[in-house]
Amino acid sequence: MTDSKYFTTTKKGEIFELKAELNSDKKEKKKEAVKKVIASMTVGKDVSALFPDVVNCMQTDNLELKKLVYLYLMNYAKSQPDMAIMAVNTFVKDCEDANPLIRALAVRTMGCIRVDKITEYLCEPLRKCLKDEDPYVRKTAAVCVAKLHDINAQLVEDQGFLDTLKDLISDSNPMVVANAVAALSEIAESHPNSNLLDLNPQSINKLLTALNECTEWGQIFILDCLANYTPRDDRESQSICERVTPRLSHANSAVVLSAVKVLMKFMEMLPKDLDYYSTLLKKLAPPLVTLLSAEPELQYVALRNINLIVQKRPEILKHEMKVFFVKYNDPIYVKLEKLDIMIRLASQANIAQVLAELKEYATEVDVDFVRKAVRAIGRCAIKVEQSAERCVSTLLDLIQTKVNYVVQEAIVVIKDIFRKYPNKYESVIATLCENLDSLDEPEARAAMIWIVGEYAERIDNADELLESFLEGFHDESTQVQLQLLTAIVKLFLKKPTETQELVQQVLSLATQDSDNPDLRDRGYIYWRLLSTDPVAAKEVVLAEKPLISEETDLIEPTLLEELICHIGTLASVYHKPPSAFVEGSRGVMHKRLPARTGSGESTESPDVGAAGGSAPEAAPSIIPSQGDLLGDLLNLDMAPPTTSGPPPPSTGMQMGGMDLLGGGLDSLLGGDIGGSPAMGAGFGAAPAVMPASLNAPVGGGLGDLFDLGGVGMPMGAYIPPKIVWLPAMKAKGLEISGTFARRAGVIQMELILTNKAMSVMTDFAIQFNRNSFGLAPAGPLQVLTPLGPNQTIEVSLPLSTVGPVMKMDPLNNLQVAVKNNIDVFYFSCQYPISMLFVEDGKMERQVFLATWKDIPNDNESQFQIKDCHLNSDAASSKLQGSNIFTIAKRTVEGQDMLYMSIKLSNGIWVLAELRVQAGNPNYTISLKCRAPEVSQCVFQCYEAVLKN
Amino acid sequence: MIGGLFIYNHKGEVLISRVYRDDIGRNAVDAFRVNVIHARQQVRSPVTNIARTSFFHVKRSNIWLAVVTKQNVNAAMVFEFLYKMCDVMASYFGKISEENIKNNFVLIYELLDEILDFGYPQNSETGSLKTFITQQGIKGQTKEEQSQITSQVTGQIGWRREGIKYRRNELFLDVLESVNLLMSPQGQVLSAHVSGRVVMKSYLSGMPECKFGMNDKIIIDKAGKGGVTNEAGKSTSGKQSIAIDDCTFNQCVRLSKFDSERSISFIPPDGEYELMRYRTTKDIILPFRVIPLVREVGRTKLEVKVVIKSNFKPSLLAQKIEVRIPTPLNTSGVQVICMKGKAKYKASENAIVWKIKRMAGMKESQISAEIELLPTNDKKKWARPPISMNFEVPFAPSGLKVRYLKVFESKLNYSDHDVIKWVRYIGRSGIYETRC
Repeated sequence: MTDSKYFTTTKKGEIFELKAELNSDKKEKKKEAVKKVIASMTVGKDVSALFPDVVNCMQTDNLELKKLVYLYLMNYAKSQPDMAIMAVNTFVKDCEDANPLIRALAVRTMGCIRVDKITEYLCEPLRKCLKDEDPYVRKTAAVCVAKLHDINAQLVEDQGFLDTLKDLISDSNPMVVANAVAALSEIAESHPNSNLLDLNPQSINKLLTALNECTEWGQIFILDCLANYTPRDDRESQSICERVTPRLSHANSAVVLSAVKVLMKFMEMLPKDLDYYSTLLKKLAPPLVTLLSAEPELQYVALRNINLIVQKRPEILKHEMKVFFVKYNDPIYVKLEKLDIMIRLASQANIAQVLAELKEYATEVDVDFVRKAVRAIGRCAIKVEQSAERCVSTLLDLIQTKVNYVVQEAIVVIKDIFRKYPNKYESVIATLCENLDSLDEPEARAAMIWIVGEYAERIDNADELLESFLEGFHDESTQVQLQLLTAIVKLFLKKPTETQELVQQVLSLATQDSDNPDLRDRGYIYWRLLSTDPVAAKEVVLAEKPLISEETDLIEPTLLEELICHIGTLASVYHKPPSAFVEGSRGVMHKRLPARTGSGESTESPDVGAAGGSAPEAAPSIIPSQGDLLGDLLNLDMAPPTTSGPPPPSTGMQMGGMDLLGGGLDSLLGGDIGGSPAMGAGFGAAPAVMPASLNAPVGGGLGDLFDLGGVGMPMGAYIPPKIVWLPAMKAKGLEISGTFARRAGVIQMELILTNKAMSVMTDFAIQFNRNSFGLAPAGPLQVLTPLGPNQTIEVSLPLSTVGPVMKMDPLNNLQVAVKNNIDVFYFSCQYPISMLFVEDGKMERQVFLATWKDIPNDNESQFQIKDCHLNSDAASSKLQGSNIFTIAKRTVEGQDMLYMSIKLSNGIWVLAELRVQAGNPNYTISLKCRAPEVSQCVFQCYEAVLKN
Repeated sequence: MIGGLFIYNHKGEVLISRVYRDDIGRNAVDAFRVNVIHARQQVRSPVTNIARTSFFHVKRSNIWLAVVTKQNVNAAMVFEFLYKMCDVMASYFGKISEENIKNNFVLIYELLDEILDFGYPQNSETGSLKTFITQQGIKGQTKEEQSQITSQVTGQIGWRREGIKYRRNELFLDVLESVNLLMSPQGQVLSAHVSGRVVMKSYLSGMPECKFGMNDKIIIDKAGKGGVTNEAGKSTSGKQSIAIDDCTFNQCVRLSKFDSERSISFIPPDGEYELMRYRTTKDIILPFRVIPLVREVGRTKLEVKVVIKSNFKPSLLAQKIEVRIPTPLNTSGVQVICMKGKAKYKASENAIVWKIKRMAGMKESQISAEIELLPTNDKKKWARPPISMNFEVPFAPSGLKVRYLKVFESKLNYSDHDVIKWVRYIGRSGIYETRC
């Protein structure tokens, strides 16, 4: 005879049949029918229609049948409250039964029926049962109080059940004590401030006594309750610990974990120099390790908890690394947790073993596990500095496997290693770049892009690499887009000359074509930063990053403390506070570890305290280098048609257009040349030397900056190649590139205007800010026809040197405003000072000699020109093309000495002595001038001219 | 606390559903089925949180047991309870299968009512449960019998009932050890430990007080210190002692006494139970050593040679030896030559399985195999799972020895000498792996 047949009846009209059977006279038939009802109930069928018939079967002396009916009642009473009342009488009667098992059954079931009318009738029987002579009834009644409290808390308080329950803590029967503790703990949770449990040394003593005698489950209830107690001092703490430690040998893992919880918590109060403290630490390790031989599900719970314990007190398990080695047959969830703990325990002492293991794991089958193993290698590198090199080489080995996800994961962790040890392992970048094409996951792509951007100066084709990512910009995930934006801006700041197009492109992609606010905002920030103050941009974007530390993956200390108080529970499995996953008031109360008493140590364990890495360094204050000029430029009488006064500074884009490449390029490049700061100082030091009437044109050498192209010299005069001064995206589609030239004694600004916008541009005008040599347009900008989309026009603008003068830094800096029908745009550029050398610069020999002597020796400066393979005559004629005139030549001991003179457009004379030794490519040049600050610029001119 | 307990068959149909808390609705039953049993990907954790409801599950053959809760319950307790629940069911009706569960569903409900109250685990000792949950009704019990049941269920010694009588007082002790090893291809021990269990079958009358002694290093050292004048002979026996890393005991053992005196005293449950578990890591006798040699010959051939050496007294015999040599997934054919036993390539298991019925100590045996591989474009390298071994040896690899098991029953007229005692040692392989 089996019961499985009850599951199989699925006929229609079944309810009707059951009804008949339930009302049958035969006991056996009745029982069969109730079983069928319960089976239907189990599989989810609604059998509530049978309520009266089932309840009718309740009055029976067959205990089995009675239990089945009760089971039915518990399920359906709520939906049929009126009929449930029919059962009350039987319950009340059963509570008086001579058989304690039946009394307990009745009170247990009644508590499960959540119907107010029944609850009212429950109070009296419950009161009696709480004081029943039989412990089995008392232990059941204790739990029933918790049930009743869940239904109607007020009723429980009014009826004084809580006091009775408290009395049960002193009961002679250990199981009654345990259940009373469980019930009280649960009720107390919903009354966080009531002193319900009222734990005091006396009651604690009772609990500890019961602990030795009750069932394994009871021990868990008691230990969990003990963990909420805060001992008064370290002595009490120690004595409780001493009585709890034997539980560590219990076969039930939950008992062990709850005991660990109590010990971990109370240990906080023990002074660390106490012998007992270290004894206790030693006692904790073996039971924790033993938990790992439990069934896999329990291992998982144990490992999640060990993860917390290891963070709180790493010393406990520091020698037990091996037990966390992954076994081939471990379930995946155990493997992943073990890995985590292995990394936490990794130290210099065991790193070799750990790495060998991790390498082994990286060849396993499960993708998640392999990924985590690869990641773990990276974390080891960051955690144990001595191992970093080995870790990196292991990672490189793994990259060689070419297994796609291994490669990607390895690249992600190598990025972190770079962050931890800058300038150590960059030699591997080449290998990484080889795998660029196989990266299809956002995180790996982002990591790779970060690496390329960060080390752009060491990667020859960084721009190409980044450009390749840019093609599918809009298909990338946000993470990659953001990283790409930053990387390209970094690249631009490092290699400004070659990457302007790229940066324009990415900035417009990010700001104009993207819907993502994060991306747009970041784009605008960079844009503004680059346009207002590139020096600051450099300092911000390329700022030294704080090193990452291993603590990044540690649980935040206050949360960790709370979780330690929840060892063994779900909170410790999720690593989340109970409030994160429990609804309502239960468990919302935050638990904390007790403060250490006695000795003056702080609660923070030194191992965890002050974790979290150093705060990033304070951002350097950003001071615009030429901020005062900004106002000047805006005040120029060239207001856009729409506004009559200076444009309000709040119009960000206009401001943004200002000075893009002026401040930008020259301060970027200026730093590289290393000349400009010194020159600035020179101005400050010897202002008297500069004649007051001097119309200020001073030399400047941009030439060497742009000598890459090797442009030919049509008229003998040196003309630097054209560069982009104003990128299109900074000027609403207008792109301006250009250069300066001196043709037939006239200084010319040669411009190429390109319309990259969709609309036609007209009404062009140009104006200069005051500058060192009084350069000013000699006429209007000759753009006569409107400039259509994608059209380009070349314009030559003659310049005069009679404009207003103001010292610029560098001397040859020129700030320009260009207007069109759309807006006014600002940029700045540098001109080669050689274009200011006038044609009548050839000095008489006598005058030369006299002037040379006349100028104090302090004003003389010497420079070296390296790697110049011209002979003295060739050099002389080449220089003459740029209005540098040779006055005399003499030869001393195989060394040619050329004496030369230069006259600037503002009348400053520069005298030079050039020494050329046959066979030596290095020239020496001495410059003498009454305004020595121009020497540097002049020298740069020499270099530019001679090398072109 | 536990909000509800469900049992499902492999299809996800509910066999048992018992709800203890009001916050668990019927939809929880479906949530688990949909998100765990029918989940597309294999579930990666035994604890799942679905819509702020936590599910704990264990699987026994193809049966799913799941506990549901909305509270911050003691997770370790929940799993311990689930295991216990399985033990109880197994001792009532044998194997946990769909058939057996359906056949005994009324009994299971009755048990669930008894061992969980409002989600709190209560007494779950089969010994005492069987005295009053019988499926036969408890009508015939006298008042004394009833109170005996209740006091036993709630009492200090919940695991043993009074008045047990045997004509012959007898006990069996089994020391069952599983030895675990992870060895590198070069023969370096990466990790090794023995997890042992002492299982006792007691057929003793009355309420006997027992005391169990073994060659625990701490005890023996203590005894050695006590008698300073001990002669050299004793110290050699001291060498026989073993260092136990940790041990756990059945709830019948008085833990505080073990903690203070390290003596193991208890009143045993009747019948079979596990007295203790222990773990050792030092001076383990590794019964076998596996020496692998794998050579890749080109891309389509592997040559494997494995030597096993037995490392114990020549007079002892190991049994049920099985060596499992994994083969790549693209294996097309295998040729095996072994000197002893039988070896077969099992394609479905991707392994060569080499079985030897018996092998004496200090012997050596060898297998060599040629594995033909199909060429693949699969870039991924074969992971080379470790070579694993199974065996059974008639000694305890940890070196544990039972020194005594004394039985005292003051009320009845039998003494320690009258009890017939049997001790047996079995060492089995746990996870015994050598990487290749």
